[in-house]
Amino acid sequence: MSFVEYSDFIQDGDVAIVYLGHESMMPVKVQKGAQTQTRYGVIRHSTDLIGQRYGSKVTCSKGGWVHVLHPTPELWTVTLPHRTQILYTTDIATITMMLELKPGSVVCESGTGSGSLSHAILRTIAPTGHLHTVEFHQQRAEKAAEEFKEHRVDHLVTVRNQDVCKDGFGVTGVADAVFLDIPSPWEAVRHAKAAMKRQGLCCRQGAGQRGSIRKKGGFTSHCSGWMFSPESRSQAEHHCPKTLQPEATNRRQDVQRTCEALADQGFEEISTVEVLLRVHDVRNVSLPLPDFGPDPSSQTEPGAATAAEKAAPNHASVTIKTTTPPREIPGHTGYLTFATKPRT
Amino acid sequence: MADNRDDDSQYRIKEGDYVVLKRGDIFKAVQIQPKKKVIFEKQWFFLDNAVDHLYSTTFEIVSGVLQPKKLKDEAGTDNRNIVDDGKSQKLTRDDIETLKEQGLKGQEIIQQLIDNSATFKDKTEYAQDKYIKKKKKKYENTVTILKPSCRILAMMYHGREPGKICHLRYDTLAQMLTLANIHAGSKVLVFETCAGLVLGAVMERMGGYGSVIQMYPGGGPVRAGVESFGFPAHFHDMLHEFPICHVNALLAGTLDTTAKEPSADSKQSTVAEEKETQNQPEAEQQGSPEEQNMETNSGADDQEKEQKEKRKEAKVKLEEKRKKLAAAAALLEGRNADGLVIASRFHPSPVLLGLLKFLAPSRPFVVYSQYKEPLIECYTKLKEQGGTISLRLTDTWLRHYQVLPNRTHPLLLMSGGGGYVLSGTTVAMDRSKPAGSQRAEEPAPKRLKLTDTEG
Repeated sequence: MSFVEYSDFIQDGDVAIVYLGHESMMPVKVQKGAQTQTRYGVIRHSTDLIGQRYGSKVTCSKGGWVHVLHPTPELWTVTLPHRTQILYTTDIATITMMLELKPGSVVCESGTGSGSLSHAILRTIAPTGHLHTVEFHQQRAEKAAEEFKEHRVDHLVTVRNQDVCKDGFGVTGVADAVFLDIPSPWEAVRHAKAAMKRQGLCCRQGAGQRGSIRKKGGFTSHCSGWMFSPESRSQAEHHCPKTLQPEATNRRQDVQRTCEALADQGFEEISTVEVLLRVHDVRNVSLPLPDFGPDPSSQTEPGAATAAEKAAPNHASVTIKTTTPPREIPGHTGYLTFATKPRT
Repeated sequence: MADNRDDDSQYRIKEGDYVVLKRGDIFKAVQIQPKKKVIFEKQWFFLDNAVDHLYSTTFEIVSGVLQPKKLKDEAGTDNRNIVDDGKSQKLTRDDIETLKEQGLKGQEIIQQLIDNSATFKDKTEYAQDKYIKKKKKKYENTVTILKPSCRILAMMYHGREPGKICHLRYDTLAQMLTLANIHAGSKVLVFETCAGLVLGAVMERMGGYGSVIQMYPGGGPVRAGVESFGFPAHFHDMLHEFPICHVNALLAGTLDTTAKEPSADSKQSTVAEEKETQNQPEAEQQGSPEEQNMETNSGADDQEKEQKEKRKEAKVKLEEKRKKLAAAAALLEGRNADGLVIASRFHPSPVLLGLLKFLAPSRPFVVYSQYKEPLIECYTKLKEQGGTISLRLTDTWLRHYQVLPNRTHPLLLMSGGGGYVLSGTTVAMDRSKPAGSQRAEEPAPKRLKLTDTEG
């Protein structure tokens, strides 16, 4: 097992994901002799996990059962222990494509945070790329390094405990892509530029590397529904509670500062996007049919009609298969600003 | 120094490279071929001069050839005094045509327009920028040459020919690649009718490591889009194909991919013989009898040689095809693929149910559909048969922002729809218990209380 390579059977020392049910999962460090408590009972690692195939069903002591899954960055994102606000798969997927990440890419990232994005980057750049990640909080940096080792991806990543705004990424002229998710990203833009593959008078010139900056968000909107057409956009904003407005403006001001800093440093193709995920819950919905009374043009005898009336119309309904949105949806996770480092 | 030059070369445009031309939001994929004219945004030009320049260089189109663009330059406060009476611009249409004929470049024409505009000075700085931007779009003659990537090609296809890619928007494609955990070294199955864009995107994320098996409907796999990525040759070594018309046979274990030498041979020779007899009567109709005889004799010799060559070629081709089929079948029959990506105009439900069987347990799959209902059907069927968990039906909403001082706001036009994605993970099929006993993942349908109506 590793987060960058599949394997078929569970082994001692693996990190596996126990799937308990809909949207309920937890990571488990597999160890000989160890046990894990779940609401369905106890899982004994030596007998129930080690040697079993990933994807198997495991029956717990109380008789209930779970599935054991091979870890992936996506599963990790929803099960990892949070030390900070994290990036979720929707934003991660957009960033991965917009930064053109692929095997062999060299990436610089700050801050490491809880490592959600880091794992996804490592999966994409393996086996020949490298991630330089900077985290200014010492314990978080140590915890991240520990996890990378456990997940068998440490050979692909270097964790540095420093302040990226002051000291940069610790490398220069190597990165194909840079990602910043810090309180004041505009302060780190010049370091981002330095970390990227150099362009200068000698022949070693790169042609356009991509950088990306995310302004933190992460609160749930209380909008009850989605409205997509531009005309009703103002309505959508109207439904949100007042308290969200100032935060939204602050964030936008931050985005502005960042874009200005990027432009000052000569970055091009600066664009800001927001990606939002809509989930559709598939449901069987039963809709009753109305009873408008007996049909006067019907030819049945009066006596029979009354009996039929009592039996059928009240229970007439139609079942449809459709989807409904969840009760609450994240209205905003963050703004993603992308830019390209110029060639000159 | 030599080292640096090597590093450099991957960033320089070479003859034969597949590139993407860009102006503003318009993209076009072309190949750099010597002395070949290309058309882009109603302009014809040669790409020869681009060779040896760095990627992302912006060029100007001057008299049908490219020249690298040389680098480069009083406002009112609001629009209260600006009257839109159509008389602000002094230059007439004829004047502008004359300027064009004189060979004035785009930037110079725009400057003339600005100089001859009575209201330009009065416009706010923002309005001036907007004016220039609008004129630039109309008169500009620049083009930027980019190295192709999934991001650029996905945006291009979505902008130019969305119908060819089932209206798959690029952010939706981004979600699919991540949800399916596409990475180097895995074995991925792809079924797509998106001109090869999805296949190329998967290949890019695998970097040449592992294998991709394209399951294809009909006569042959469509891969035009893959070319535009400009992958190195060895990437094609990891790409396989398998026709879906043989899927059932493969699953049943009845697909025979061994060489059938004797029968194949005889079949080929009978076909060739038929051709020969057909050709000879034609030859006899030409010219005088003597000439004819001589002609037919030597003609027959030549024809026989040709026929032999053709037979040989056909045999070789057939053998190649058989080998490829056998190789793909070998990869599939283990039923241990690591991922499945479906994006086509076909109804996704039977495609998914058919191809899921090739996946190992605890592996992700994603299905794209332009419409929601077919995916609802997939979801329902999967629930019935079991063997999958974490089923999610989603779509993404992409919003661009204009970020300018005091004027930051979402852009007025938004992409209407980018399609839907159903994602999930396989698990070991539970053969002991009936499928119905699967733990319910959705609440039971709501039962509404029916009040009694007095009859």
